[in-house]
Amino acid sequence: MGSFHLTKMALRNLVSKPATRLYPLEPPVYTSMTKGHVVNDIDTCILCSICERKCPATALTVDKPNRTWTINPFSCVQCSTCVRICPTKSLRMEPDYTASAVSMQSLTMTKPSEEPSEEPQS
Amino acid sequence: MAKRTIIPFGPQHPVLPEPVHLDLVIEDERVIEAIPQVGFIHRGLEKLVEKRDYQTFVNVTERICGICSFGHSLGYSQTIEILMDVEIPPRAEVLRVIWHELSRVHSHLLWLGLLADAFGFENLFMQCWRLRERVLDIFERTTGGRVILSACNVGGVNQDIANEDLRGIVHVLDGMRDEYGELLKTFLYDRSVKSRLSGVGYLSTQQARELCIVGPFARASALSEDIRCFGYGGYGYLSNFEPVTAEEGDGYARCKVRALEVVQSIDIIKELVDVIPDGELSVKVKGSPKAGSRAVSRLEQPRGECFYYAKGNGTRYLERFRIRTPTAQSIAGMVHTLQGCDLADVPLNILTIDPCISCTER
Ligand code: SF4
Ligand code: SF4
Repeated sequence: MGSFHLTKMALRNLVSKPATRLYPLEPPVYTSMTKGHVVNDIDTCILCSICERKCPATALTVDKPNRTWTINPFSCVQCSTCVRICPTKSLRMEPDYTASAVSMQSLTMTKPSEEPSEEPQS
Repeated sequence: MAKRTIIPFGPQHPVLPEPVHLDLVIEDERVIEAIPQVGFIHRGLEKLVEKRDYQTFVNVTERICGICSFGHSLGYSQTIEILMDVEIPPRAEVLRVIWHELSRVHSHLLWLGLLADAFGFENLFMQCWRLRERVLDIFERTTGGRVILSACNVGGVNQDIANEDLRGIVHVLDGMRDEYGELLKTFLYDRSVKSRLSGVGYLSTQQARELCIVGPFARASALSEDIRCFGYGGYGYLSNFEPVTAEEGDGYARCKVRALEVVQSIDIIKELVDVIPDGELSVKVKGSPKAGSRAVSRLEQPRGECFYYAKGNGTRYLERFRIRTPTAQSIAGMVHTLQGCDLADVPLNILTIDPCISCTER
């Protein structure tokens, strides 16, 4: 029994560093593991659509005829499933979050076509 | 006889972390009856098994609740592994338990903070949440997520924690243990805490057994029930496991049980880090659950025993998946403790059962 058991800790807190960061005035600190956003190295992507089929949030669309890979970053839940299952390891999870956007736009990447005659579309 | 009035309580109320509605039948300042109503955040997640295949569904189960997130993915994976007769590597089993116990530490620290806030001890509240932050940092370093970990899948785990990182985690937890000791002293021996919690919301052992109460709520009424005792998964590696119980059956006992379970979880992690076997992290699960196959499994979530049921139909989509959460049981006990209590004790009575309505309604 008694009171004021926390006094010592409270006094210590007066001189110790804050436990949290004053974001956005101070930059955030990411660990190497932090799941920030998905990036596709489109040159190695073979447009096999496995990531599209496995994405639990249906955030990915692969259009093989038009050679595009599209991600809707607002649907993506950063589960890393696509990164794990991509057969060519084209996808990776970057640790930083993307900047805030003013509209809910998806991001389309077009794979350069092998034959120069074919026009890439997006 | 005094006139009876009905006070609607919730679903939006400052003491409620999650929406539940109660009709409190009041006579003077005393609650005669409490009529609960749930269903405000039903999201139909169980129905989603028809739309997501059994391997992807683990990402949905994680989102059932923000606090027991890892536990639900573990419970689901465990059930599917029983359903499909898959044996997972021992290292994965132990890693799962380590993350699960870390979740328990963060869940209990969150609750202890909320409790301190409910009886107006702001400083204690902040200190609890400050310590909890370190557990979230461990999560971020080991899995990349702070709340939703996406670390567990059917067949094992997605990430490894290197042995030196595991020792680093033990080091962080040991550092926490000293600071937590001061908080523990406050929760257990501070006069103001004790006088606010003692005798509030009493539930006898007999009543707890009759109402099938689970988890810390039951253990605070001297009911020694803990699924971890069965040594499922990685818990089999523990030399000895004794559930924390208390005799009093009131709010103070519930606070005591949860506060001591934080220390117990830290001990469990420490013990497991010493015995963790090396090896594979996951096995590849191929095929689909057989038509008509069923499996059940149980898991000790921070709030108590959670029950999982899955039924296959021969396709990659499950026929049925069902969860019975600990709060579904605790609500009966909560209604019981509310009967006859003072109106001023209602918030504390609701809080001491640690309700998790999101899990309950899914
Ligand atoms: S799984 Fe990989 S290779 Fe296949 S479409 Fe997706 S990013 Fe491209
Ligand atoms: S991280 Fe998950 S949600 Fe996001 S695109 Fe990949 S699979 Fe889909």
